[in-house]
Amino acid sequence: MTSPANDRRKGSDTAPLLTVDNLTVTFQRRGQEPFRAVDGVSFSVRPGQTVGLVGESGCGKSVTSLAIMGLLPKRGNQVTGTVDYEGTNLLTLSDDDMRDRRGKDIAMVFQDPLSSLNPVIPVGLQVTEVLERHRGIKRKDAMPMAADLLKRVGIPDPNRRIKDYPHQMSGGMRQRALIAIALACAPRLLIADEPTTALDVTIQAQILALLKELVEDTGTALIMITHDLGVVAGLCDEVNVLYGGRIVERGDRHPIFREPRHPYTNGLLGSIPRLDTVGERLTPIPGSVADNLPWDHACAFAPRCSQPVEVCTTNTPTLEESGGRALRCFNPVEVAR
Amino acid sequence: MLRFIIRRLLQMVGVMIALSLLLFLWLRSLPGGTVSAMLGERATPETRARLSKALGLDEPIWVQYVKFMGRALKGQFGASTGVLPGADAFDIFLKRFPATIELSAFAIILAVAIAIPMGYVAAKRRGSAVDNAGIVTSLVGVAIPVFFLAFLLKYFFAIKWGLLPASGRQDSINCTRVTNFFILDGLLTREFDCTWSALKHLILPAVALASIPFAVIFRITRASVLDVLDEDYVRTAEAKGLANRTIRGRHVMRNALLPVVTTIGLQVGALLAGAVLTERVFNFGGIGDTLAVSFFTRDYAVLQVLIIAAAAVFVIVNLLVDISYAVIDPRVRTR
Ligand SMILES: Nc1ncnc2c1ncn2[C@@H]1O[C@H](COP(=O)(O)OP(=O)(O)O)[C@@H](O)[C@H]1O
Ligand code: SF4
Ligand SMILES: [Mg+2]
Repeated sequence: MTSPANDRRKGSDTAPLLTVDNLTVTFQRRGQEPFRAVDGVSFSVRPGQTVGLVGESGCGKSVTSLAIMGLLPKRGNQVTGTVDYEGTNLLTLSDDDMRDRRGKDIAMVFQDPLSSLNPVIPVGLQVTEVLERHRGIKRKDAMPMAADLLKRVGIPDPNRRIKDYPHQMSGGMRQRALIAIALACAPRLLIADEPTTALDVTIQAQILALLKELVEDTGTALIMITHDLGVVAGLCDEVNVLYGGRIVERGDRHPIFREPRHPYTNGLLGSIPRLDTVGERLTPIPGSVADNLPWDHACAFAPRCSQPVEVCTTNTPTLEESGGRALRCFNPVEVAR
Repeated sequence: MLRFIIRRLLQMVGVMIALSLLLFLWLRSLPGGTVSAMLGERATPETRARLSKALGLDEPIWVQYVKFMGRALKGQFGASTGVLPGADAFDIFLKRFPATIELSAFAIILAVAIAIPMGYVAAKRRGSAVDNAGIVTSLVGVAIPVFFLAFLLKYFFAIKWGLLPASGRQDSINCTRVTNFFILDGLLTREFDCTWSALKHLILPAVALASIPFAVIFRITRASVLDVLDEDYVRTAEAKGLANRTIRGRHVMRNALLPVVTTIGLQVGALLAGAVLTERVFNFGGIGDTLAVSFFTRDYAVLQVLIIAAAAVFVIVNLLVDISYAVIDPRVRTR
């Protein structure tokens, strides 16, 4: 179901809206070696495009998104590389200039809707304050707009709900409210960091459908962060698979799902439940990130890999681009056919 | 909200009734009974019987309680026997209690006004000069006994350098008394020199008295702000690009104040205890001395008033804490 408009928006000829280049985030930890949570990550997002960042917990997804937003702690870390937003490197902007863009040009939806909303002020005010801040709209005039926004994200009886406090709403409704807040100023880019992880399964599907509908209607570009390839399947145009702070595989959604080349991507695909494989055992990837080798002289994934070769523990695989895909592996999964 | 306040007010009345009952039972259980307590052991049986009848002690106990309550509500506690023999106990209270309240209120306002902003800055700039200064000051504040600090302040600022008065509540100028809150009286009667004089007398004792509440409120504010700064909703507020001012007030302080409000309420008890000592050092003429004297001279009339007044202060402060809590946190209101 691709309309011509969609094709144009997502077409590879449009200039990127956001280009992350060689982004590296290093945490200095007292009495320990510095820790590179994000390690030379590069990807770009075009207007209207939905790009997935996928990987297990701890692989650096949230740190990547916080670095783009300029929301990392002020001290104890070092950020290098560039985050180019239409010609401006966000990493070099002053605190005030970045504050002017956050919530207006780039907005973010977080994982846990209950803890992400302020418990002591009404939801309506949490929507209007963005409008007041970035659009200079008076609170009185912003209230009906807030109600409209809540209605648009599917919250029934919005005129009553704007007076509610977060604890008076259900989990799904709170996440809808957070989405309304993020979309209030019609940002060109939305970053959603595991927006459904804290929700019930049935609610998850509704929230994903809502996000999909909203970004398609408004032409907002979306960076979708998740540990769940199942989420990516229904939503993303392009998928970036992260492991140990580095991108290990990238490609358009269909090729990645049809023919995963990286053993890690393959493993992730093997561990999502599918309707057509009921009864088959799910095969989780053995081991954990604690087993990782350092990228400096090995493939970090080697101890958990199903098909390592000798060079995997002595050399660093590089990210090789070919035919619209990128892969970081010495011994990729064979493509059937 | 209104229902919440009404409910709390009713609870407050309940607490006061329970307290009055305890007080009544205590007065009746005094060694040798109320009559001996008031007349001493050596009174003649006739005097005893007369007083007993006058006090209604020959009536059934519940009647006595109702009458006791009736008198208490009208401020009739009888004549003082020890503090100022012959004077009306309630009059003594009305003259001296305002001094203590004025001192305590000034001290707590001083403590709050400095401790809360300082606690916020200390948390926000953890490890900075402000943070370290706050931590050291608050350590000194709790470690140094209030009366010793009072004495030091008096010695240096009043006696040695002569910057502020060393004792009393006001210079001996002609001032009209309205409420016996000297600062307020001066404002009401437009005798501003009276207010100014009262204010000068208040500074040193108030600083001494504020030391402990300052220390405690600073520490709680700092810890609470540190907690809140780590909360997801503060990150959301940052992600919305809100102005620093909005984030500070609406998102950080509003949440961080909850434990602080509770602490302020709890400090009021310590404050009244500290006031007794501070008043002595500065010869302030509040209830500090009155309390001690009434206790040692078995002045039960005055003692009763003071016990009821202290209880009322605690109950009212608690009510205020509960109401501020409900104003800040909607989850309390709807519970
Ligand atoms: N403020 C921080 N200080 C030190 N280490 C951090 C900090 N934030 C994240 N990390 C570390 O960076 C790594 C990546 O974290 P994160 O991006 O949150 O993972 P995820 O992919 O699950 O979102 C983790 O190992 C985490 O412990
Ligand atoms: S480089 Fe080697 S260890 Fe790493 S994923 Fe590929 S095959 Fe496995
Ligand atoms: Mg995360």
